[in-house]
Amino acid sequence: MRRSLILDVVVRLVFHSALLLALFLLFTGHNRPGGGFVGGLVVGAAISLRYVAGGIDEVRQVLPLRPWTLLGTGLATATTTALVPLAFGRQLMDHGLYERHVGFLGELHLSTALFFDIGVAQVVVGMVLLLLVSFGERLPTFGAPWLLRRQP
Amino acid sequence: MLIALVMAPLALGLALLAGGRALGRRSFAVAAVAPFAVLVAAAASAGRVLDERPLTASLGWVPALDLSIDLRLDGFSLLFVLLVAGIGTLVQLYAGRYFGAEREGLHRLAGLLLVFTAAMLGLVSAASLLTLFVAWELTSITSYLLIGWTDGDPKARASALQALLTTGLGGLAMLGGFVLIGQAAGTYDLAALAAHPPTGTVVEVGLLLVLVGAFTKSAQFPFSAWLPGAMVAPTPVSAFLHSATMVKAGVYLIARLAPIFAEQGAWRPVVLAVGSLTMLTGGWRALRQYDLKRILAYGTVSQLGFLVVLFGAGFPEATAAGVVVLLAHALFKAGLFLVVGVVDHQAHTRDIRRLGRYGPGWAGPMAAAVICGASMAGLPPLIGFLGKESAYDAFLHGDIAGGGVVLAVLVGGSVLTFAYTARLLAGAFRPGVWTEGIAEDAEAAIDPPPAPRWSFWAPAGLLATLTVLLGLVPGLASKLVDVAAHDLDPSGEHVHLALWHGLNPALALSALTVGLGVLLVVGGAVLARLQQRLPDTAWGEQAFLGAMRGLNRLADRSTGLFQSGSLPVYIGVILLTAVVVPGWALLQAPMPDLPPLVSGPGDWAAAALLVGGGIAAVVVKHRMAAVLCLGAVGYGMALVFALQGAPDLALTQVCVDTIGAVVFVLVLRHLPTWFADVPSRVSQASRLAVSAAVGVFVFAFILVAVGVRVDPTISTEFIARAYEEGGGRNVVNVVLVDIRGFDTMGEITVLAVAAMGVYALARLSRRDRRASTPGASR
Repeated sequence: MRRSLILDVVVRLVFHSALLLALFLLFTGHNRPGGGFVGGLVVGAAISLRYVAGGIDEVRQVLPLRPWTLLGTGLATATTTALVPLAFGRQLMDHGLYERHVGFLGELHLSTALFFDIGVAQVVVGMVLLLLVSFGERLPTFGAPWLLRRQP
Repeated sequence: MLIALVMAPLALGLALLAGGRALGRRSFAVAAVAPFAVLVAAAASAGRVLDERPLTASLGWVPALDLSIDLRLDGFSLLFVLLVAGIGTLVQLYAGRYFGAEREGLHRLAGLLLVFTAAMLGLVSAASLLTLFVAWELTSITSYLLIGWTDGDPKARASALQALLTTGLGGLAMLGGFVLIGQAAGTYDLAALAAHPPTGTVVEVGLLLVLVGAFTKSAQFPFSAWLPGAMVAPTPVSAFLHSATMVKAGVYLIARLAPIFAEQGAWRPVVLAVGSLTMLTGGWRALRQYDLKRILAYGTVSQLGFLVVLFGAGFPEATAAGVVVLLAHALFKAGLFLVVGVVDHQAHTRDIRRLGRYGPGWAGPMAAAVICGASMAGLPPLIGFLGKESAYDAFLHGDIAGGGVVLAVLVGGSVLTFAYTARLLAGAFRPGVWTEGIAEDAEAAIDPPPAPRWSFWAPAGLLATLTVLLGLVPGLASKLVDVAAHDLDPSGEHVHLALWHGLNPALALSALTVGLGVLLVVGGAVLARLQQRLPDTAWGEQAFLGAMRGLNRLADRSTGLFQSGSLPVYIGVILLTAVVVPGWALLQAPMPDLPPLVSGPGDWAAAALLVGGGIAAVVVKHRMAAVLCLGAVGYGMALVFALQGAPDLALTQVCVDTIGAVVFVLVLRHLPTWFADVPSRVSQASRLAVSAAVGVFVFAFILVAVGVRVDPTISTEFIARAYEEGGGRNVVNVVLVDIRGFDTMGEITVLAVAAMGVYALARLSRRDRRASTPGASR
C-alpha cells in the first residue's frame, strides 16, 4: 500500500476542523446560514477526504458506524421529532423554542427543530458513507488513485 | 362489552403471533380461550338481544374524517357471533390434536386464526358499511396468510394468492359500491339505510358493485375457483374458513342488504341467477372429485349458492329459511371437515379410491360423519332437513318473478347435494366403490388406518350431536332464528320451527329430492360416464389464469416499450417532456422585455465560469476532465448565489459539488477513461437539438415566469412568519425544518431509499462480474 504523506498530513489537519465547522453550521442553522443538510454535507466532504487519503479502510476506522445504521437513526430522529409534539397535544412538527442569555457566551437559542436537523444531517452523512462503501470498496487501498501512478 | 368482544381475540392473536413461539402446539389451547370467552359473553347477552334490544358500541377512530368503528349486535349478528366463536373454539382445540408437536410455526397459525376470528366478529357486528369494509378486508388478508400457511409449498402460495386477488378485487368493487350508496343516502349506517333506502341509478350501480364483492367472497359463479384451490390449507383452517366464516361473509352482506334493496334495479334477477348457477355447477362438479376435501369444497360452493338464493331473494319467508340453512350448514359442514381431517391425519390420504377399510375404534367419527352428511343431504330428523323444507316452502308460497324456476333449481341442487353426500360418505367409508383412473390391484387400497383418539374427533361429535338435537327439538333454536330473521326483515311474520308440518307440498318435494337423489346414486355409473364425456366446467379457473396471463403479458410489453435500456433515450424522453409540456403553456404567454442580465463585475466572472465550464464539459473527450468542468459550473452557480445574497444556497451548492466530484471519481473507475465517439451524425444532431431546446426553453421559461407574477410572492409571508412562528431568523432553514418540514421529511426518506438503491445496484453489478469471471478471487 502506497500513500501520499503530504495528503495524509493535510487531511488529518483539516479533518477535525471540518467536523467542527459542520457542528457549527448545524447549531447555528436556525438563525444564520447553515443547517442540517449543509452540516451533513460538510461531514460527508470531510469523510471523503479521509477516503481519498486512506481508502475505505480508513473511513471505516474513522467512522465505525454502518451506513444504514446512520440512515435509519437519521430517519427515526427526524420522524420522532415530528411526532413528539402530538404527545403534548400540539400539532405535528410544532417546534418548541428555548432562548436565554448565558453570560459571556451570549444568547443561547435552542429549538427542537435542531433535532430534526440532526436527523437530516445523519441521513446525509449515511448517504455519503453508503456511496463510498458501494463504489469505493473494490479499490485496493492506495492513496488518491488519480494522483499516483497505478502499480503495475 | 361489544368492543371487547372483537378486541379480545385480536389482542390475544397478536400476542401469540409476537411471542408464542415457545408455546408450540400448546398455543391452540391458549388461543381457544378467546373464542370461548366470546361464546360465553355472547350467550350471556343473548337474553337481551333476543328481547329485540340490540347492543351497540362505538369507538372513535378518525374524528376529523367523521370515521368511527360502530358495532351493533342484533339477532342475526348474534347467530353469526355464536357460530364463529363456537366453531372457532372447537377448531382451535381440534388443531391442537391435528398437528404434530414437531411442526414449525404453530403459534403463528393459532394467532392468525384468532386475528381472523376477530375480523369476522367485527364484520358480522358492524353497524356501518365502512366498519364492515375494514373488517371484510381484514378477513381477506388473514385468510391469505392462513391459506398460505405452509409457505414452503408453492401450490399453497399460489392458491393463497388466487384467493387474495379474487376477494381483493371484489373488495375494491364493493368499496366503490359502498361509497356510491353511502353518498346517495348521506349515511353509511346500516340501520339508517334500512329506514330510508336510497334509490336511483347511482344506487343500482352501487348495488351491483357490492354484489361483485359478495360474490367473490362467497365463491359464487364465476368467482368460485379460489375456494376449491384454498383446500391446500390445513384442514382445521378449511373447516373454519369454509364452514362458518370467511365464505359466509358475502352471504351475510347479501342477507343484510337484500330486504332493503331486493326490489331495486337488477338485484333480484342477478342474485337469483348467480346463486342458482353456483348451486348447480358446484354440485355437479363435486360429483367428479376424488379428494374428500375437494368434494366438500365444491359442495360448499353449491351450498353457498343455495344461501345466496335464499337471502338474496329478499322476501321474509326466504330470509327465514336462509337463517335455518345457514345454521344447519355451519354445523354439518364444519363437522364434516373435521372428520375428513381425522381421516386424512390417520390414513395419510383423502382419495376416495384408496379409502374405505377401517379397523375397530372408528365407529365414533363415522357416526358423526354420517349424521352431518345426512343433515347436508336434507334427511329428517336433522336440522338440515328443516332448512331445506322451509326453503321449499318459502318458494312454493313466495310470489316473485321466476319463483317456479328457482324452486326447480333448489330441488335440482338438493338432488345433486344428496348425490355428492353419498359420494363423500361411501367414498370415505366403503372400499372399492370408485376405482377409475387407478391401477386395479389390491395395492391401491391402503391398510386400515389406526383409530383416532376420542378427543380428536370429539369436536365433530359435538357438532353432530347439535345437528341431531336441533333437528329433534327445533324449539331450542326457534327463538334465535325468529329474531335473526325478524331483525333482517321486520316485515315478516314470526317463525316457528317444527319438524313436522303435516303433509304438504314441501314434504312432497323433499320426498322427490330423496327419490331422485337415490336414483342418481344408483345410476352412478351412468352419471360417471356422462361426466367423463362432458368437459370439466372450469370456466372460473380458466378465466382467472387467462386474466393473470394477460396482465403479465401487458406488463411485459409495456415494460419492453418504456424501458428500452438505452440511457440516451431515457434522458431524451425526460428532457423533451420537460420542454414540450410546460413549453406549450409558454407559447400562450406574452414575452416580456429582457431585464438587465448583469449587474456588476462579479456577474461577469460567474458567467464566464458557467459558460466556459459548460462548453468545455461538452467538448472535452476525457471523462474526468468533463466531470471537473461540470464542477466548475457548479461553483459558478454557487458564486451567483453568493452574489445574490443567498449564502445558504451557495454553501450547499459548494458542498454538493465537492462531494459530487468525489462520487464521480468513484464511479468513473468503472468506466473507460475516454468518451466513446457518438455513433452517427444523425444521433449527434438530434442530441444537439435536444440540448439546445432545453437550454432555450429554460431561459425563456425563467424570463416569463418571473414576469407574469399576478399574486404577491409567498416568500414575503415566509419571511414575516419565520421568526414569530418558526422561531428562527434563517428563513431558508425555518422553511426546511418547520414550514415545509413535511417536504424535508419526504426528501430525506427519498434520499435514504435512493442511497440503498445505489448500494444494491453496486453490489449487484459486482456479483455479476464475479460470477462471469470464473476463478476470480478476492
